[in-house]
Amino acid sequence: MHLSRKLLGHIYMVAFLIYLLVPLAIMSGAAFNASKLPTIIPWKGLTDQWFIALYNDNRIWTAFRNTIVVAIAVVVIAVPVGAAGAILVNSISGRFRAVLYGMMVAPILVPGVVIGISTLLFWNQFSVGSGLHLSVLGQVSYIASFVMLLVLARLQSFDQGLEEAALDLGASHGQVMRRILLPHLYPAIGAGAAISFFQSVENFNVTLFTRGGADTLTVYVFSKVRSGITPTINALAFLMIMFTIGMAIIYETRRRRAATVEAAREAEARRAEEG
Amino acid sequence: MHDLYRRYGKGLTYSFIGLTFFWLIILVILPDFKLLESSFRPYLPVVDIGGPRDVYTLSNYAQILGNEVPFRVLGIEFMVPARIKVFILTIFYSGVVTFITFLLAYPLAFYLAKVASNKSLPTLFLLLFVPLWVSEVLRSFAWFIILTLKGPLNAFLMAIGLISKEIRWIDGYSPVVITLVYAYVLFMLFPLYSAMQSLDSNQIEAAEDLGSPWWRTHWRVILPHAKPGIASGSVMVFMLSAGSLLVPAIINSPTGNWFTQTIQGIMLEGQDWNAGAAFAFMLLLFCTIMVSLAMRVFRVKLSDIAK
Repeated sequence: MHLSRKLLGHIYMVAFLIYLLVPLAIMSGAAFNASKLPTIIPWKGLTDQWFIALYNDNRIWTAFRNTIVVAIAVVVIAVPVGAAGAILVNSISGRFRAVLYGMMVAPILVPGVVIGISTLLFWNQFSVGSGLHLSVLGQVSYIASFVMLLVLARLQSFDQGLEEAALDLGASHGQVMRRILLPHLYPAIGAGAAISFFQSVENFNVTLFTRGGADTLTVYVFSKVRSGITPTINALAFLMIMFTIGMAIIYETRRRRAATVEAAREAEARRAEEG
Repeated sequence: MHDLYRRYGKGLTYSFIGLTFFWLIILVILPDFKLLESSFRPYLPVVDIGGPRDVYTLSNYAQILGNEVPFRVLGIEFMVPARIKVFILTIFYSGVVTFITFLLAYPLAFYLAKVASNKSLPTLFLLLFVPLWVSEVLRSFAWFIILTLKGPLNAFLMAIGLISKEIRWIDGYSPVVITLVYAYVLFMLFPLYSAMQSLDSNQIEAAEDLGSPWWRTHWRVILPHAKPGIASGSVMVFMLSAGSLLVPAIINSPTGNWFTQTIQGIMLEGQDWNAGAAFAFMLLLFCTIMVSLAMRVFRVKLSDIAK
């Protein structure tokens, strides 16, 4: 690799990060501008009024609570459903497996608009009206696919001999599941729960068509942007970005500390070998 | 299946099957059949539902025709129904978004896979993930702020003397494309990266030692190897773009309507659910065709795309 091209690569990387981060910085900056419109120019002076307005906005707190409730419900349903699907598809082979797998993966690629409308129409014929409960069901239909993929990947490294041994030694079926299979799957289940939660909070398309009159955070922000925007949304955006960065920093410091400990341990082992 | 029964017994096996059944039949397949069935029903007042006028009809699908507007392609102008025009333009600009994200992500994926040091990789990925964790609605909103007439982009371009008069960015399809690229570029980057990572660096060195210029190394060695990643990233970005409602609705460009916005108008403003079902079904059908086509062209399986 030539040095000049390597340098070009570094420059591109930095430029790309700037491209990703500048819009977020501009949006955050507008949260502190005293201008009535969300913008950073002209700068009309520093203010905290938009944060106070955000704090006093009752609708946003309801929307926030709804979002969390929906996300938890989605996790509670999508994780067992997706994991069961993965275990099932893993236990069969041949043509039927391919069909089943295809059916489980396909919802990821279906546009959210389609999922939202079909869920609404389907439950409506049984007189189940629109509302956040339908949003949960619509979201689960494709979020379970992510869980299924994660659990299925984890199952590839599972040694079925362990289960055989446990059964031979007289373990019950429930024990095999609880003590052998589930502990092996925990990392995938944890990751699946995190992704489900995140996907649910992010969801817009499915929720828009199924929500009835209820707000989630995404829908609320959307309706705010469409009907007379004030920088309150920017204040919310700033808080969310800060939260994300905070989480990222915690994650990074923990990772670095773990890496340092690991390096020290390796050095210790090398010294011990030499000595 | 038999194996499952032996390991986990009757109760657990049935609960696995039951949960999967609930998911695939109740949540996925039956609603899609209902969507198809509703799409053939007319829009009637409540008293007429189930009555003699409630017969299957193609009238909902016929709604895509009518209201012809001029449509210019390569200088030739024809008359096309307005909704078909929106549909074609949505597909076309989703393709444009996919291509631009590929151009932006390819060098970066190569950099991450083959140039960046292993030590800095986790930090770089964390930085790339930060915008992804910030919700899509806010990322679209950020571009709405940037692109407004009196916004920072025009002010910046005027300050450096590149333009003398403000440009109306929020017009036509370009603001939608700009925002979609920003929203989905990372969905192109990650599959490309994981495909390139599996390429043996010795192959690149061998090509260079044999005198291949850098562009030919990319064209003949790296690009073919990255094909599954390109397929997976392209399908993902294309589907997300064509199905996006949030981005075009937030940008709300007066002359840049997206097909999903047409559906939203019929469903939520027109309250004509059956016509909405017909339009949603057309979108679903089109997406299915596109994914199958991409799988054919790139010779990849669904399991490669879903990674």
